[in-house]
Amino acid sequence: MRRLLFIVPAIVFLVIAGFLAIGLTRDPAELPSALRDRPAPDFALPPLPGRDEEGFARAHLGGEPMLVNVFASWCVPCRIEHPLINRLAEDGVVVHGLNYKDEAAAARAWLDELGDNFTRVGHDLDGQAGIEWGVYGVPETYVVDADGRIVHRHVGPLRPEDVEQEIRPILESLQR
Amino acid sequence: MMRLFLVLALVWFVALPPSANAVLRPDELLEDPELEARARALGKELRCVVCQNQSIDDSNADLAQDFRRIVRERVLAGDSDAEIRQYMVDRYGEFVLLKPPVTAGTIVLWAGPFAVLLLGAGIAVTTMRHRQAAEAADLSPEERERLARLLDEPEARETPR
Repeated sequence: MRRLLFIVPAIVFLVIAGFLAIGLTRDPAELPSALRDRPAPDFALPPLPGRDEEGFARAHLGGEPMLVNVFASWCVPCRIEHPLINRLAEDGVVVHGLNYKDEAAAARAWLDELGDNFTRVGHDLDGQAGIEWGVYGVPETYVVDADGRIVHRHVGPLRPEDVEQEIRPILESLQR
Repeated sequence: MMRLFLVLALVWFVALPPSANAVLRPDELLEDPELEARARALGKELRCVVCQNQSIDDSNADLAQDFRRIVRERVLAGDSDAEIRQYMVDRYGEFVLLKPPVTAGTIVLWAGPFAVLLLGAGIAVTTMRHRQAAEAADLSPEERERLARLLDEPEARETPR
């Protein structure tokens, strides 16, 4: 028994190395949403001036699974992911936009340039609605189910593989 | 002389506490110094989720500024410190608190160092006891006799080097 004691440091080392190895594969910048599996927060945003008459509010969520995309014209990664958002909308997914801390004219010009398939766009000039949603990095994309609950959040620009392996499968599982 | 000056400058620079006031803009502050002090204390406890290892009082990220504004709005609205913390946790999760609360999930974090310390102390005590027991063991009659002989013979004392 005593002779086996020399293994103890090796075991301790392996355990710590194991934890650290798992830690290396995680992205510390990607936080799970505090609102996951909870009803979407209460908010009521005015419309993006010059685009709509009506705004975007809590009442517009639910009824069917949908996406809420937090975007801004000053956000460069948003530009990269936007074609994917447009594609999802073309495929029949309801996508609402939350225009985060943006100037109305700049946001309109941005949407004119890159395409605008959003069902509704709320103009969150002071970022208060963003805080209600727990937004900390734009772009963010939320999946909301038919009951208006937040099922998933993706932080950062969507890549094609995120859409195929993450967003679409979740939406499909909610359709059933 | 120059060197002394440089050393003093360095000491001053190092000893200078990182000032939160460098980040806070004057127009952000509350007029009531008591409420402002509460907002400051809360600001040191809340994490800027963009920069992650800075408090919202230390960060000039946009979001940190929003958080500071919200803390001050809540303070003015008469919320307690606990309510304000909860407000942030509800939206950003427990990660927003720089000091994690003691829960079932974080108990390892809190108790772990003490458990390791106790374990180490236990190991140290048992090994020392073992060693003492070994040292205190009495000499056998033969050993005693040999010791006496060695002490008596002057050459035996000097030869081995």
